[in-house]
Amino acid sequence: MPIVKLNINQQTYELDVLPWVSLLDAIRERLLLTGTKKGCDHGQCGACTVICDDKRILSCMTLAVMKNGAAITTIEGIAEGDELHPLQKAFIEHDAFQCGYCTPGQICSAIGLLTEGKAKTREEVKELMSGNLCRCGANANIIDAIMEVKEGGSREQF
Amino acid sequence: MNNFDYQQAASIADGIQLVSTNNKAAFVAGGTNLIDLWKYRLMEPELLVDLNQVKEHHSIEEKEDGSVRLGAFVSNADTAYHPIIEKRYPLLSKAILAGASAQIRNMASNGGNLLQRTRCYYFYDPNVPCNKRTPGSGCSAIDGYNRIHAILGASDNCIAVFPSDMCVALAALDAVVNTSGTDGERSIPFSEFHRLPGDMPEQDNNLRHGEIITSIDLPEKGFSGNYSYLKLRDRHSYAFALVSVATGLELSGDIITDARIALGGLAHKPWRINEAELFLKGKQANAESFAGAAEILLQGAKGFKYNSFKIELAKRAIIRNGLMALHPEQQLPGARPSA
Ligand SMILES: Cc1cc2nc3c(=O)[nH]c(=O)nc-3n(C[C@H](O)[C@H](O)[C@H](O)COP(=O)(O)OP(=O)(O)OC[C@H]3O[C@@H](n4cnc5c(N)ncnc54)[C@H](O)[C@@H]3O)c2cc1C
Ligand code: SF4
Ligand code: FES
Ligand code: FES
Repeated sequence: MPIVKLNINQQTYELDVLPWVSLLDAIRERLLLTGTKKGCDHGQCGACTVICDDKRILSCMTLAVMKNGAAITTIEGIAEGDELHPLQKAFIEHDAFQCGYCTPGQICSAIGLLTEGKAKTREEVKELMSGNLCRCGANANIIDAIMEVKEGGSREQF
Repeated sequence: MNNFDYQQAASIADGIQLVSTNNKAAFVAGGTNLIDLWKYRLMEPELLVDLNQVKEHHSIEEKEDGSVRLGAFVSNADTAYHPIIEKRYPLLSKAILAGASAQIRNMASNGGNLLQRTRCYYFYDPNVPCNKRTPGSGCSAIDGYNRIHAILGASDNCIAVFPSDMCVALAALDAVVNTSGTDGERSIPFSEFHRLPGDMPEQDNNLRHGEIITSIDLPEKGFSGNYSYLKLRDRHSYAFALVSVATGLELSGDIITDARIALGGLAHKPWRINEAELFLKGKQANAESFAGAAEILLQGAKGFKYNSFKIELAKRAIIRNGLMALHPEQQLPGARPSA
């Protein structure tokens, strides 16, 4: 079995995984980091979004063996001890979730969005967050939360 | 889903060797199409050969003759946001950014984008006939629910469309696909890379087994002054095109001196008709001229039960996008209608 070295949330793991194990399954079922969610397993929902070498990616659409040596951040790795990440705080303040299933993916995706720095307007934030679906329809509040962290921005009209 | 072995290609030559000698081997780059197809059992590789560790073809470079070379292993996102591409080929940037999602574009490679397979739903359903999946079994779409299917260049064997957005812009820009295989290197003009279904719908393109796309060349002319990508679909983002149009214009005053129009979502490959572009030369850049070009582009279009609406929609999109190309600064996120 191939040995895969993954740095997840600043901790190094050496895993023997079979080649066909997705990064998502390795994170959830081998490392028991179950914050990252499996929605569709087909690249269509964004629930499995993690940050890999500073880029947001879908962990269901890649294999653990393909990420040997990569540095990955999951939802478990973004708070500093008890101090929540600003996006986590903003999501709570803005009621940006209902069932919460899409939330880890939304927040990891939003971190990627802010790191990329390509979205200037609310319209652009919406477009660049479209890879994260929310079945509860919390989207407007999700965008509010991201806008607040982005620029302390207030709610604009759609 | 089947089990498979995994190996990393150390070089292009190594990759060619590993895959060309094993007809059950496949390359993987971003994985966003291959892993999906494997989960649907549409691909059952015995060996996956990862191309990401190959040292070359990870950059975008301007060449002396004025052209630009896109490495096959550069991600779609890095390509769309690359300063050279944003400046000289904004049509390509816009088309890439209208496709998939930010996460997928971070993963997807330029080479893999050209090789993504159709989104025909019958192709994904093993319980029904599909000539593309199982040659000779029949086509479930021709008499089925064919709303997303082809109106141009289809055959009695398959009416699937090729779903890429990036490739619509590459077709308009006259890109060239560079490959390397057991028979050496090839440079394939974009119009000859993808195929029409004919009687071999299982073959989407002219790449051979074990042959690697190494780069894509963009000729100097980038239509960066007047361009537009318009994508019409069932929701504003994160959906495939029903109809898309890539337009590039060169203008002298309001007279068109050169034009390119490529269509997506309508055929088994990006659709371009030279006569439509010749027709526009010397004409005023207005709705009437674009309507004339639209008629030529849609000549021979044939609708099926649920997709005849695409014929009129495509014509209107060509006109609209021609006008949008006059105001590229007004382009909206997601290549929605503007102007
Ligand atoms: C939910 C979803 C929505 C999407 N929406 C859109 C959309 O709106 N518009 C759009 O254009 N696309 C869309 N896509 C498709 C996406 O753009 C493609 O999956 C992606 O471009 C494929 O690139 P990849 O590197 O991930 O390919 P892979 O999955 O790694 O490979 C695809 C194929 O190409 C082969 N291959 C890869 N690289 C090479 C190479 N260099 N030489 C030879 N063979 C190679 C592989 O063997 C495989 O057969 C969507 C995908 C998903 C999952
Ligand atoms: S249109 Fe092509 S891909 Fe779809 S069912 Fe018919 S043969 Fe298969
Ligand atoms: S679980 Fe990965 S995108 Fe849905
Ligand atoms: S909060 Fe329920 S899916 Fe988004």
